[in-house]
Amino acid sequence: MTTPNPDLASQSPITLETKFLNQVLASTPAHSHLEMCIQCGTCGGSCPSGADMDYTPRQLFALIRAGARDQVLHSRAPWFCVSCYYCMVRCPQDIHITDVMYTLKRMAVKSKMYDDSTAPDFSKTFINWVENFGRSFELGLMSQHMIKHNPFGVFKIADMGVGMVTKGRIGFTPKRIKGMDGLKAILAKAKELEARDDEAL
Amino acid sequence: MTKRYSFFPGCSLERGGAAYSYLQSTLAIAAPLNLEFVEIDDWNCCGATEYISLNRMAAYALVARNLAQAAQCDGLREMVAPCSACFLNLSKADAYLQDDRALADKVNIALAAGGLNYKPGSVTTRHLLDILVNDVGYDAIAAQVTKPLKGLRVAPYYGCLIVRPGFHDKFDDHEYPLTLDKLMKTLGAEVVDFPMKAHCCGGHMTQISEASAFEMIRRLVKGAADYNADVMVTVCPMCQLNLDAFQGAMNRYYKSDYKMPVLYFTQMLGLAFGMSASNLGIGSELVDARAALAKIGIEVPSSELPPARKSRRAKEALPMPAMPNREIEEVNG
Repeated sequence: MTTPNPDLASQSPITLETKFLNQVLASTPAHSHLEMCIQCGTCGGSCPSGADMDYTPRQLFALIRAGARDQVLHSRAPWFCVSCYYCMVRCPQDIHITDVMYTLKRMAVKSKMYDDSTAPDFSKTFINWVENFGRSFELGLMSQHMIKHNPFGVFKIADMGVGMVTKGRIGFTPKRIKGMDGLKAILAKAKELEARDDEAL
Repeated sequence: MTKRYSFFPGCSLERGGAAYSYLQSTLAIAAPLNLEFVEIDDWNCCGATEYISLNRMAAYALVARNLAQAAQCDGLREMVAPCSACFLNLSKADAYLQDDRALADKVNIALAAGGLNYKPGSVTTRHLLDILVNDVGYDAIAAQVTKPLKGLRVAPYYGCLIVRPGFHDKFDDHEYPLTLDKLMKTLGAEVVDFPMKAHCCGGHMTQISEASAFEMIRRLVKGAADYNADVMVTVCPMCQLNLDAFQGAMNRYYKSDYKMPVLYFTQMLGLAFGMSASNLGIGSELVDARAALAKIGIEVPSSELPPARKSRRAKEALPMPAMPNREIEEVNG
């Protein structure tokens, strides 16, 4: 008996590249069900910022399953996710899409694969205030971020800034919580545990 | 009988925060509705959408510290969060800590470094809207209405996070919620159809990508204007900031001229209960709500500063490093 297609038979058996998929699954808290994606596209169709994404969530998930790590982590899609959870409640497979997007952001930052630093820097500035005061600080956050990423934007929103000031809606000093030492110890320990988890992947 | 809850105000609601008027109006309506809110001790930021973008374990530990603090608050098992983002982060962290044992164990190792511990599931976080419609109830609220908001056309805006994803405590529909609609009708307002009611305001996108942010803001404001709403009513500080404070910048971007006031639902309750607008923090919005409220005979005293002072400030252009004018006035006597 002859093989119908000798070309195919001579190739090595098809294996699925699952390392990257497993890393994303392991780095996402609770059970994200990412491996269950049926490529229906409900996520992209529900996304308010889908038009700004280079890949829709459905495409990203196909790339993750194909093991296309670099392509996924360079994508701007996770940075345009607005965390509205529309896709997540509509997903027929109950995939925690928003959480997967957060995981992809973290992986992109850790491996320095993001192409535009605006969003990662905004998060960093926000986190810096929280880690030093325990609370967020709107004025510090916005002014630091704009100086770095949108210096001329200050003029564009000058009237808004004046409005917020005259209406008493901007605090001028950050507030520090009492238990700052405890919070710092908690966050340091959590980061240590997270680094250990990441090494094991 | 008074109902007691622990209370998580969140950073925006603090004095000097962008949503202080939300706190003022929340506390104002609590008394007549027999609600007592006990602020949890030394709470910290919930991390918004930023902390978890760069950290996983630390983001959950950050939220869990608040849950641990709440668990020690006067034996209270239910915590109220008026901010949708705080509500989402607190309820989501608790849900995931219950679902993911390994995560909970590690978060507790981290908490122990700060002398704390949290047993997942011991504190339930609920949004203020949930408390009002389900614990207080429409009837008890209706009983307090002395000045019905008759003739005011209201677009009820829920935003995302109080209706989605709804972990262990879903209280309204994910896509077409109705609780805020019914609440506004209870106050006597005319509720307009508002298909965009559970769509996203754009969150932090004003700081990341103007094109993306302004489009999301435009859709919502246009949606409310198309149905001839006098005012949009919101349940979230981030939504209020985006729709109100960035409405002018959005108008410039699209060369449009929307003037849609955006008020908190608690302010609407207070007005219907006969409270004065200034005690509810009304007047601190950037899109003037006075014309809309004048329709139902409510006068809002101007919170604007004298014009001379205001124009001097505007010429300086850069608002960021300036001292608040009120404080300057106090110093100058």
